[in-house]
Amino acid sequence: MNEFLHQFFSGLASGGIYASVALALVMIYQATHLVNFAQGEMAMFATYIAWSLIGAGIPYWVAFFLTLAISFVAAVAIERVIIRPFASAPVLASVCVFIGLLAIINSLAGFIYTYTIQPFPSPFPEHAWYGSVYMSPHEVGEMVVTIAVLALVYAFFRFTPLGLAMRAAAQNPVSSRLVGIRVGWMLALGWGLAAATGAVAGMMAAPIVYLEPNMMGGILLYGFAGALLGGIDNPWGAVLGGFMVGVLENLAGTYVVGADLKLTVALVIIVGVLVMRPSGLFGRPLVTRV
Amino acid sequence: MTLLLETEQLKAFYGPTQVLYGVDLAVESGGITALLGANGAGKTTLLRALTSMVRTEGQIRFEGQALNQLATEDVVRLGIAHVPDGRGTFVHLTVEENLRLGAYVRRAKREVDRDYERVYGYFPRLGERRRQQAGTLSGGEQQMLAIARALMLRPRLLLLDEPSFGLAPLVVRDIFHILRTINTDEQVSLLLVEQNANLALELADHAYLLETGQVVMSGTAERIRGDETVRRAYLGY
Amino acid sequence: MTSVSEAANGTRSKAARVAGLSMVLWRRLGLAAALVLAVAIPFVASGYHTFQFTQVLIYAIALLGLNLLTGYNGQISLGHGAFYAIGAYTAAILIVKLGVPYWATIPVAGLICLVTGFLFGLPALRLEGLYLALATFALALSTPQILKFKKLEAWTGGVQGINIDKPDAPFGLPLDGDQWLYLFTLVCLIPVFWMGRNLIRGRVGRAIVAIRDHPIAAETMGVNTAVYKSLTFGVSAAFTGVAGALGGLVTGFVAPDSFQILLSLYLLVGIVVGGLASIAGVFFGALFIEFVPIYADQLTDLFGDRAKALPWAMFGVMLIACMYLMPTGVIGLIKSLGARIARSAVRN
Repeated sequence: MNEFLHQFFSGLASGGIYASVALALVMIYQATHLVNFAQGEMAMFATYIAWSLIGAGIPYWVAFFLTLAISFVAAVAIERVIIRPFASAPVLASVCVFIGLLAIINSLAGFIYTYTIQPFPSPFPEHAWYGSVYMSPHEVGEMVVTIAVLALVYAFFRFTPLGLAMRAAAQNPVSSRLVGIRVGWMLALGWGLAAATGAVAGMMAAPIVYLEPNMMGGILLYGFAGALLGGIDNPWGAVLGGFMVGVLENLAGTYVVGADLKLTVALVIIVGVLVMRPSGLFGRPLVTRV
Repeated sequence: MTLLLETEQLKAFYGPTQVLYGVDLAVESGGITALLGANGAGKTTLLRALTSMVRTEGQIRFEGQALNQLATEDVVRLGIAHVPDGRGTFVHLTVEENLRLGAYVRRAKREVDRDYERVYGYFPRLGERRRQQAGTLSGGEQQMLAIARALMLRPRLLLLDEPSFGLAPLVVRDIFHILRTINTDEQVSLLLVEQNANLALELADHAYLLETGQVVMSGTAERIRGDETVRRAYLGY
Repeated sequence: MTSVSEAANGTRSKAARVAGLSMVLWRRLGLAAALVLAVAIPFVASGYHTFQFTQVLIYAIALLGLNLLTGYNGQISLGHGAFYAIGAYTAAILIVKLGVPYWATIPVAGLICLVTGFLFGLPALRLEGLYLALATFALALSTPQILKFKKLEAWTGGVQGINIDKPDAPFGLPLDGDQWLYLFTLVCLIPVFWMGRNLIRGRVGRAIVAIRDHPIAAETMGVNTAVYKSLTFGVSAAFTGVAGALGGLVTGFVAPDSFQILLSLYLLVGIVVGGLASIAGVFFGALFIEFVPIYADQLTDLFGDRAKALPWAMFGVMLIACMYLMPTGVIGLIKSLGARIARSAVRN
């Protein structure tokens, strides 16, 4: 029972990271109907930026927020310069651009920071009072941070005029223009917000998986699985999906397939959801017009 | 009366296909102008051209300012509200959120808050359902919502595309009554596209008749209503 | 005074001729010249270069497979590296664990991938564009982990993989290992391309392209979309599997880390750069993905270990640049040049 609880809570902790990635993916999907395959690499690069800042002597939380700001701005730039020209291009073209972005960011990180695996500090000390036999202090802290970020994002979209405008722009760009919303900028802001959310995931994951250019590959996959499971057009479904995937991954890894095949769990979830219920658990059923 | 909006040799295109072939149109300040014509005449396209939703050639001037190069978002900021065909409500947002978006470009928060009440005054049913998801409203209520959202802009010119479409006659009568009230009480000029020519001509001061992308007749509503060919073709008697 | 149709006919036959020869003849000459060149390579190039060109041929086969699926049929696969891996491991296991002669493993690898691809294609039927890309992306990301799975270690050799002895030339022919492998690959390539070309030129090809461009119209015209799409997946996987088997033979080993997501993305770059929906284009794509990393590698002297990042970066840039400037790939560029030459020949 102890083992089960341990795996369960551990799964919730990693689920928080997956939920953040899933949310980032869904934010972009909702606005553009495109999946940002480069989301993981963007998060990884942001984590490297944080690492550089911390290495330069800047205190952790200052570096943390500075990284969020930098990620935000960089993502807005990427959206306007690289992604926007392909707004009405066929799907294959967009996929190629995203993959290209993935490759460029990954190699940029490898080039600038080398492929040596680096440790990344956790702001939550190892023997803090809030640790327990079920969850390490980092896992607890990381869950709190993740939930705080998700709550902030929720509040932003629900209660602020800008958040409302972004929701409107994602749902109905034509009508949005007719009320004066600059839809283009809303998309760019969506990218910025998604990147910042992803950066949080990266910085929370790095202490566990260690910092290296390929660190986000598996996490991205779990993020996809979570987003699809919850419903790729439903942000809060995706968050829930992320947590579910975290727990499923740990439990399946412990009791069913063994730790080595954990990534396959993500694959099975992805293919399973896409084949059996593409709209996910909480998404709107997809209707294609003939 | 001054000219609020005028177009000169306006052409409009969907991609390579031309739909409007040089339309000259004028809307007087404070007036109600109707755009009549059969299906496919180009009425909806004309409204879309005015708000830069399609590619255009020719001149469009609003209060003397050229509109051609402006994006839709900027045309809206000049005070032109467009209620599109199909209503264009944000179906996943609440009634209140739809209205709030209508006032997106306005800064004076207190005035905007007062306008909610004003709009609920015109459409009490919306007031009853303000927290309801817009997609769950009936057709008539969604049309009211669309008009209400447009009013939240405090526009000087209101473009309406087929407001009677798919609605029960009683509901339509209510809506048209409210349109007249808005026009007289708030000096909002209206440009109204309607297939239901009878209704439109009762409300309007002036009218234009469009056929395959060109204006074939224009004048006061009375004159158009009295015209023999119009009566036979569009009014049914 | 010639009539309009006479003039048109005259123009048409004029357009087909450049320097006195018809375009069809030019194309045949070009093919013959390429074949002669191809056969000559192992005898004029060094062992290492021969090895590289063998790899080019192998990539060409793999790219043909992917192009069939993505270029001609419009199904986006970001996971063809998985089929390449299956082909490679099939060959390795058959040779090393079961003692099958190496030449027999190639068709078996193709067959196994045909079935696997078809089976994967069945659920994939319900996935459009982006979702299929996502599913295949997931497949590619999980492939190394599946290959490292401890329970299969007896067969797959776990993390270390399997080593294969390079075969010698048969019948005591005076060829060294590299030369023989090159020619063997060429011999395998020809029937694969012949099959591919006939598939595409025939009714099947038209159906496949129709499904890509107007899926609903194709369906209503009686094309059994589901069968065609799954079969295309199968055949595409088979070609790539054959390439994988050859690849395993030529490199002499198979290991899980050789089949990372990178491979699948290399293949994508290959067909984009070479030209989607083009058979000749795959050779340009293959040349690109084989030689660019090698040239980038030579910069290791300048940049040290970081040079590892350069081919990746180049590919990313090429992907985006191609989509922007050259969506029809190198072959598209050549075709438009050729059309321009043909047009000026008509005018003169």
